Amino acid sequence: MGDFNNPEVDLDRFRFRLGFAAVFVLLAFGVLAGRFIWLQVIQHDFYRTRAEDNRIALIPIVPNRGVITDRNGIVLAHNYSAFTLEITPSQAGNLDETINGLAEIIDIQAKDRKRFKRLLDEAKNFESIPIRTRLTDVEVAKFAAHRFRFPGVEVKARLFRQYPLGHVASHAIGYIGRITERDLKWIEEAERQANYKGTDHIGKTGLEQHYEFELHGETGYEQVEIDAGGRALRSLKRIPPVSGNNLQLTLDAKLQEITEKAFGDRKGALVAIEPSSGGILALVSTPTYDPNLFVDGISPENWKELNEHPDKPMINRTINGAYPPGSTFKPFMALAALEMGKRTPNQAISDPGYFTFGNHTFRDDKKGGHGSVDMYKSIVHSCDTYYYILANDMGIDNIAKFMASIGLGQRTGVDLGKDDSGESRGVLPSQEWKRQRFKRPEQQKWYAGETISIGIGQGYNAYTPIQLAQATATLANNGVMFRPHLVRHIVDTRSGDKRPIEPKPLRDLEWKQKNLEVIHRAMIGVNKEGTGARAFAGAPYSVGGKTGTAQVFSLKGSQYKESAVKKHLRDHALFIAYAPVEKPVIALAVLVENGGFGAQSAAPIARMVLDYYLLGKLPAGAATEDSAATDDDNEE
Amino acid sequence: MIDVVGTLKRSWQQLIAHIDFPLLVIVMAIMAFGLATVHSATYDANERMYAQAGNMGVAMVIMWFVSRLPPQKLMNFAIPLYVVGVVLLIAVFLFGIKVNGAKRWLSLGFTRIQPSEILKIATPLMIAWYFQRYEATLRFKHYLVAGLLLLIPFVLIAKQPDLGTALLVGAAGFYVIFFAGLPWKVIIGLLAAGAAAAPILWSMLHDYQRKRILTLIDPTTDPLGSGYHIIQSTIAIGSGGPVGKGYLNGTQTHLEFIPERHTDFIFAVYSEEWGLLGNIVLLILYTLLIGRGLMIASAAPTTFSRLLAGAITLGFFTYAFINMGMVSGILPVVGVPLPFMSYGGTALVTLFLGIGMLMSIHTHRMLVKK
Repeated sequence: MGDFNNPEVDLDRFRFRLGFAAVFVLLAFGVLAGRFIWLQVIQHDFYRTRAEDNRIALIPIVPNRGVITDRNGIVLAHNYSAFTLEITPSQAGNLDETINGLAEIIDIQAKDRKRFKRLLDEAKNFESIPIRTRLTDVEVAKFAAHRFRFPGVEVKARLFRQYPLGHVASHAIGYIGRITERDLKWIEEAERQANYKGTDHIGKTGLEQHYEFELHGETGYEQVEIDAGGRALRSLKRIPPVSGNNLQLTLDAKLQEITEKAFGDRKGALVAIEPSSGGILALVSTPTYDPNLFVDGISPENWKELNEHPDKPMINRTINGAYPPGSTFKPFMALAALEMGKRTPNQAISDPGYFTFGNHTFRDDKKGGHGSVDMYKSIVHSCDTYYYILANDMGIDNIAKFMASIGLGQRTGVDLGKDDSGESRGVLPSQEWKRQRFKRPEQQKWYAGETISIGIGQGYNAYTPIQLAQATATLANNGVMFRPHLVRHIVDTRSGDKRPIEPKPLRDLEWKQKNLEVIHRAMIGVNKEGTGARAFAGAPYSVGGKTGTAQVFSLKGSQYKESAVKKHLRDHALFIAYAPVEKPVIALAVLVENGGFGAQSAAPIARMVLDYYLLGKLPAGAATEDSAATDDDNEE
Repeated sequence: MIDVVGTLKRSWQQLIAHIDFPLLVIVMAIMAFGLATVHSATYDANERMYAQAGNMGVAMVIMWFVSRLPPQKLMNFAIPLYVVGVVLLIAVFLFGIKVNGAKRWLSLGFTRIQPSEILKIATPLMIAWYFQRYEATLRFKHYLVAGLLLLIPFVLIAKQPDLGTALLVGAAGFYVIFFAGLPWKVIIGLLAAGAAAAPILWSMLHDYQRKRILTLIDPTTDPLGSGYHIIQSTIAIGSGGPVGKGYLNGTQTHLEFIPERHTDFIFAVYSEEWGLLGNIVLLILYTLLIGRGLMIASAAPTTFSRLLAGAITLGFFTYAFINMGMVSGILPVVGVPLPFMSYGGTALVTLFLGIGMLMSIHTHRMLVKK
């Protein structure tokens, strides 16, 4: 063996090769540097021109947003094409000069400038930003004549959303507005960024938001060659967009309009549902607003007026207002008692006009009491004492169990807004609810005395009008329950297929027919001889109903006011109804804020709605308040 | 009394004992440019930039760990890592997942791995170990065995097909053999044979690979297809000019003409916005990085460590040169990221494994001397 390598020689060779590698690296990087100099210095002008002049751009083509129509085809939301004047900041030079120059030939107001500034901050330098929307033909012609003076300014045809009926049904339809950071997040979570290239509006509330991804459609693309001014030279390839799907609603726009008028200038809510499907026929929250104000970016003055108005027109009372149901709660209590075997229809109590529990006296509205009261009479004349005793006998958790089954105190999942979070849950009182609601142990305990007033729909009870309407519709439909919804079907633009929404019932509560008959008969009695009789005098159809009055009190107060209503304090008026009782086609819940007694202001509205829907009568204007009703029928 | 300041000082020194600061500063400078450019390239969504910053953090922790392992320990990893890597490559060949017509991934149920990445480190490590083993009795046959050790992963990766990675793995292995003293005659002979075999190699290439080479010669033949990348990236670089269009103002970038702009083509974004000036700065930084690496190799005490240091350093050069070459249109388009600039966690981890090894080689040498 013996011939080992010499380490010294090895190391020298290694270092020589390192040096060789270093030279090689420098040479190679030299080649790159040469290439860079060639491209960036010698050929710079050529490539700059190519970058600016002659390039292929993919221009997104925004699809037409789907159209929303009512059940009879009346258009509630559609699009129209209008010209906008737009500036591409990167190509326009001095922006102030450009805008001042444009203002000499076209009317540009301070609010246009303000909006442009705001959009400029949000946008990228390369996007064109509207300085004026809805140009007239004359203005378009004027600009065309002066166009050469304004590089980077052009007239574009854009589609605008329009709500032809204005204020009508605005709480149901909602509106669209410019995409904000929050909307972008939503789009990203839904992984639809690509489809929203070029789109600058998105549904903000109501149906427009809930069905955003149905209404939007698929964005198309055009491959075009563009010049230095960013103007398209020629089209290379075009993939057309696919229009958004149309929505056909269960809503009846005429009924909606008449109902809104019936409220006059009163605040309140009405939800009318087709009991056999859960389809919403009218969804009214007054006051309303004009959604057209939002489409083009609402002006600060308009926004201030809407937002700071004492009547809060932006709140959708049907899903966001939670009110005690008052006496409209009683038919459900009675049904619960029958179903749970806590009462028979004929079991009667003797009503002295009050009920004493512990050292507290719960009073009935009628001084001296109703005398002997059975279930029928308890509903027809709205006897409080009957329900104080019944609530005490049933116990809070039995009540809560039954009321939960008809959807009270839970989100209905109506198809409004982005997800459920836009809808209020209300309060379904129970021992468990109280434990979670309060922090201190002494507050967490449920007192038996608190159960008493729950029986007449007061106390902690608080439900949204849509929950009450759903419960009424379920009662009208003999226990077969549907999720309330506004869209009857989605019309697929590509195939023309109609995709129905919720054709199947949520659940069948399997109530006994004989129990239901007792309740139906009593609710007919309400409108024949009881608290609703004046409002429904002469109605040519059979109608079940129940009046109610919701006291305004603080949920946090452990003591609620005594049940005798002070005259100067206007409570919320409620009414629930359905007709015809044999085969109901409409069920509704009405609430009039500070409307006093249910019979006084809520029942007349219900009468108008039912008359129009069942008889086709066209009443005009607001429903009159029945001021006489207060004195005769204040039995609630 | 406990000497708090003294203790802290000692533990801090302990902590940074194996960090080579010149290397760290250069790499951090390149990464700063990289992060800024990723931000520009993904302007609409900042998540990428934050994710990349996170990748950098993770990669640097790995670097710190590796730098503390003495080279003798690194040698222990050579055979297991290489064997595992090759076995996984065979597994890919047999059971790999096909994505875009190439079998590069192996599914582990919960995640997918790309074993070829391991070989970028494992191959030079293995061959350096081999030469260390036979350093005293090196004969020509040892070069043949080393060549075989190189050829196995190279062929397996090229078959996937992933020519870019295969070339990188092949280059890393070749550098070890070159530094180990492969006779010049053989090198020249190989080059000549390669030139002669070019037509045969050409016939073995896949269609898309051939297209890329043809496109390089004349990109305009296919302006909307595979020439598109090169046309748009050269326009981006050329239009950047001597001083660039300014940060966040690259029109080619922001009008989305540049494909893969936060990964393989990030150099086009950088070059458009920073111009020739920026390119020269970046070239100088890479030169400094390579220079430092070669210094470490030159001072390394053992055959293993000097071969490994040399190969890793030239590996960095290869990545940078191929990437900038392809983006500026003088090399065909292969999937090679720009080191320390391109977005991507796997590549960063591989790169910092290399940096960590260089640091280990350098700092442990100093300890031995003391």
